[in-house]
Amino acid sequence: MAEDYVLEMHGITKHYFGNRVLNDVTLRVKPGEIHGLVGENGAGKSTLMNILFGMPVIHSTGGFQGEIKYCGNQVIFNSPRQALESGIGMVHQEFMLIPGFTVAENIKLNREPLKDSFLTKAFGQRMKKLDWLRIRSDSRAALDTVGLGIDEMLPVVGLPVGYMQFIEIAREVDKEGVRLLVFDEPTALLTETESEQLLSAIKRIAATGVAVIFISHRLDEVLSICENVTVMRDGEVVTSVGTPDPTTTIERIAELMVGRKVERPEYAKRTQEPSDEDTILNIENLEVDMPGEEVHGITLSVRRGEILGIGGLAGQGKIGISNGIMGLFPAQGLVTKDGSEIPLNDPGHAYQQKLAFLSEDRKVVGLILDRPIEYNVTVVATLVKSMFQKTFGARSRGIEIRDKKSAWNFTMQMIRELDIRCTGPGQIVRRLSGGNQQKVCIARALALEPEILLVSEPTRGIDVGAKERILDLLVSLNREKGMTIILTSSELAELRKVCDRIAVIYGGNLVDILSPDDSNARFGLTMSGRRAEAQ
Amino acid sequence: MNRDYRKRIFKKNQPNEASPSDSRFLRPGGRGFTILGLREILVRNIVPIMFVVLCLLGVRWSGKPALFLLQEVVFRMSRNSFLVLSLVIPVMAGLGLNFGLVIGAMAGQAGLIFVAARQIPGMPGFLTACLVALPLALGLGYMIGKIMNKAKGREMIAGMILGFFMNGIYQLVFLFGIGTVIPFSNKNMVLPRGIGLRNTVELKSIKWVLDDLAMAKIGKVRVPLATLALSAALAWLITGLYRTKLGQDIRAIGQDMKVSQVAGIQVDQTRVVAMMIATVLGAIGQIAFLQNIGTLNVYDSHGQIATFAIAAVLVGGATVSRATVGQALLGTFLFHLLFIVSPYAGQNLLGSAQVGEYFRVFIAYAIIAVSLALHSMQRARSMASRR
Repeated sequence: MAEDYVLEMHGITKHYFGNRVLNDVTLRVKPGEIHGLVGENGAGKSTLMNILFGMPVIHSTGGFQGEIKYCGNQVIFNSPRQALESGIGMVHQEFMLIPGFTVAENIKLNREPLKDSFLTKAFGQRMKKLDWLRIRSDSRAALDTVGLGIDEMLPVVGLPVGYMQFIEIAREVDKEGVRLLVFDEPTALLTETESEQLLSAIKRIAATGVAVIFISHRLDEVLSICENVTVMRDGEVVTSVGTPDPTTTIERIAELMVGRKVERPEYAKRTQEPSDEDTILNIENLEVDMPGEEVHGITLSVRRGEILGIGGLAGQGKIGISNGIMGLFPAQGLVTKDGSEIPLNDPGHAYQQKLAFLSEDRKVVGLILDRPIEYNVTVVATLVKSMFQKTFGARSRGIEIRDKKSAWNFTMQMIRELDIRCTGPGQIVRRLSGGNQQKVCIARALALEPEILLVSEPTRGIDVGAKERILDLLVSLNREKGMTIILTSSELAELRKVCDRIAVIYGGNLVDILSPDDSNARFGLTMSGRRAEAQ
Repeated sequence: MNRDYRKRIFKKNQPNEASPSDSRFLRPGGRGFTILGLREILVRNIVPIMFVVLCLLGVRWSGKPALFLLQEVVFRMSRNSFLVLSLVIPVMAGLGLNFGLVIGAMAGQAGLIFVAARQIPGMPGFLTACLVALPLALGLGYMIGKIMNKAKGREMIAGMILGFFMNGIYQLVFLFGIGTVIPFSNKNMVLPRGIGLRNTVELKSIKWVLDDLAMAKIGKVRVPLATLALSAALAWLITGLYRTKLGQDIRAIGQDMKVSQVAGIQVDQTRVVAMMIATVLGAIGQIAFLQNIGTLNVYDSHGQIATFAIAAVLVGGATVSRATVGQALLGTFLFHLLFIVSPYAGQNLLGSAQVGEYFRVFIAYAIIAVSLALHSMQRARSMASRR
């Protein structure tokens, strides 16, 4: 019965540097079937597709275990080219189009119909002439299949984003012998009507017998067009369900995606629990132009003394919020702390207002890797608040020089308090492990004596044990020093573990503010952009 | 700052929102042109327009009769346009302005030195020079192409420095190699010490062979038809290349290497091929140029070739990322017309031909500098608008 499937992936297991990212994953797709693949960020969807396409990143990190059967034959693709040649198409999330070329030229890129010219004999195949009539007619046919009625001779540059997606698809459709098409978040950049058109185009394509793998975070779309849905979580297939089954609802899939019950340890009670009456930071209509993480007008109040989580899928804008408040990316809107406005687009001013920031980009923005711990911990405080300096000469007009001794002492104190594993304040930061580097970042933030600490992806690229320590550290800063913490993280589990409230961002907008105790289904739905009522 | 991308897409989807300047009229080959407002036409072609004005003023101030200027321009066009045209293909391939042209010129000069040493006369001499230069240029072009693949995004400076480097090798070969490693029988061309070539080599045997092959007289102007035909053939070949698979690949990699790679175009190999073509054209162009000049400054003739050819194509309105045959030809015409009139204009206006001379060199470098700055500004803007 193996031939019934276009693609069978069996027992796929993949390790990245000792971390298991895929475990015994199985995926089967029939001809003409639209198969949904859903899961949170990091669930392993992209890795699975990378394996299917034989991406170099897979082979350079030690390959994978398991077998892939394509059209009944066991295959391993060593390069994306091989996969494409054997009839597997991919519609990319980012557009693979040449802006200066026409729509037709892009559709037929490197597959142009050719005809002989007198030069062919002398100089070989590449001197063949382009057959423009066929380029146009083939492109027209492909465009009609996807239902895009634009002139095929228009240049791509200047076309609306939505059209580009359709052109990409037209290109895949036009390829001869396509048996399987992979759509990776094809509707992410489309408007609602465009999405509908795209979904019906996908249905038309599938009706011709082409198998489709549809990856999307929009669960309603997945349910509306897919016959089967495979749900992945933490590198494993949780379940594979058919949509005709009436028990398959958006809520159920959302719950399966988010999965595991989160253990929330009992943290120490505060003397005064945070409340809506006492806010420390008010964000009104914040818009941030951070590439890939744009924020489109968010209004949010932060209670004094709370840990506020900001969650959401990658690319939906959650990271943009802290970066916008801190002035690292162009932003507009009104942000007030205790009633006084924080001017945006001015990082220095945010520091003056007792805000401190731990960037998600620890190694580039957060640290100066080739300088010692002591320098990294104190440099911002020196620049912003003239701390760790002593005056040379007359008191008011003297030259300020760096007070190495107080900087050293402060760093020693931080090393002890935060338990930074190092040889001493003089060690170069590059030599530290990820977790200890993050602690250096925290120490640097503490040197500023902040009232609000904005933390962005603090556990990214840090091993499991160290993750726990970083989170515990943040909680103890909150409980013992009364610091308000805004924690942005892609890992929902860690947000639910330490936060008092979790704001979920989708498409650059705030969807809802949830309690960490809300149901998995509610979290799953909210993260795919749908406001759900508490049950 | 409208950052709501959904709104943005929606807006663009409204068909009646399109402004008149958006309507495009296209022909096969994808070289679409846009109907633009007068202001935009002026802005886009500011460089050629400036030069037309400069040239008109220069012609007036030079006080020279039109016939004299026309004759000069015809000769300069015939000997220079091939070199300028050779720059079009590297620009198409995204390699930028080919400062490596000097290397092709060196190969051409090596061919000329061979012919001068053997004193092969006439047309056979010209063809022999091309034949000797061809394998050299192909080899050097291959090398330049390979190096440029290692220096993606910095091709222009890499080409310029490679030119300086190869100049050193060239000097080593002809200043110390001749008479020691390379046997050389023609003692007239060698320095008195017996090693190394003299600075000047007379190209008597092939002087004007191409020009005199078909010299027409139109009115009172002598027109070297054969030399012009050589450039015309190249122009025709370049436009023909657009219509071939290779040309399409070259255009694709010139626009976006990553997308081309994903589509399966052999990016690196195509870049090498483009560079080899450019270098061979540079060699032939230099031979055609020097047969008109009639003397070869062994250590000097190639020196300014790339700079002046690049300045010419830029004057025609080309940019680092876009150059056409028409721009190359227009640029050659304007740049050399200015070259001819500026010393006279300087003499008449300021009493010194030197000032005019200074002015034209100054212009050549200024135009390159401005063009490079404009290009990086445009690129930054298009990067910003892509998001």
